[in-house]
Amino acid sequence: MPDATDIKERIEAAIPGARADVEDWTGGGDHFRATVKSSAFAGLTRLEQHRLVYGVFGEEIGGPIHALSLTTISE
Amino acid sequence: MSEQENPIRDAIAEAIAGNEVILFMKGTPEMPACGFSARTVAALQSLDTSFAAVDVLPDPRIRGELSALSQWPTIPQLFVRGELVGGCDIVLEMLETGELAALLGAEGEAGTIQTPAVAGGGALQIENRL
Repeated sequence: MPDATDIKERIEAAIPGARADVEDWTGGGDHFRATVKSSAFAGLTRLEQHRLVYGVFGEEIGGPIHALSLTTISE
Repeated sequence: MSEQENPIRDAIAEAIAGNEVILFMKGTPEMPACGFSARTVAALQSLDTSFAAVDVLPDPRIRGELSALSQWPTIPQLFVRGELVGGCDIVLEMLETGELAALLGAEGEAGTIQTPAVAGGGALQIENRL
């Protein structure tokens, strides 16, 4: 089961220049909340920015990661 | 599998095309089965938006086909005029910035008749097509 640190590290490793703050929303290891800042978001719609982050986890979203609530910030 | 052999995906695509504002959610607007769905319904209701709603819970295939179609992994999913707007986070962010009101209001200005809210009716439609 991933923890908040795993989620943070995977986002930062996968998205160029990304900095992520991740918290385990419920303490249960399956509902996370992340704020992600990256220059990779420039020019993308909010929808595309979120897809980019969800894409890091593929089918784990909705599986072991029940929810990953996102705020994305382009910089 | 071809389109013809995939009645659930066809029914979902038809529901999206046939409803100006449609929310795929867990549970119904009256009785949401998940906090994210509940908050998204509340956002739409705060703008007095009429919307069609489909409960994805009765048949797990609905959710699978929807995500394959929309390329979006989570529920809820809001579509306006055939386009995916996003899930709970995006809808709430757009509510705060006024973008959601603009998106939904533009529809009213264009004189489009809004679809009356269907609580779970969409899901029944989809089931009836199996």
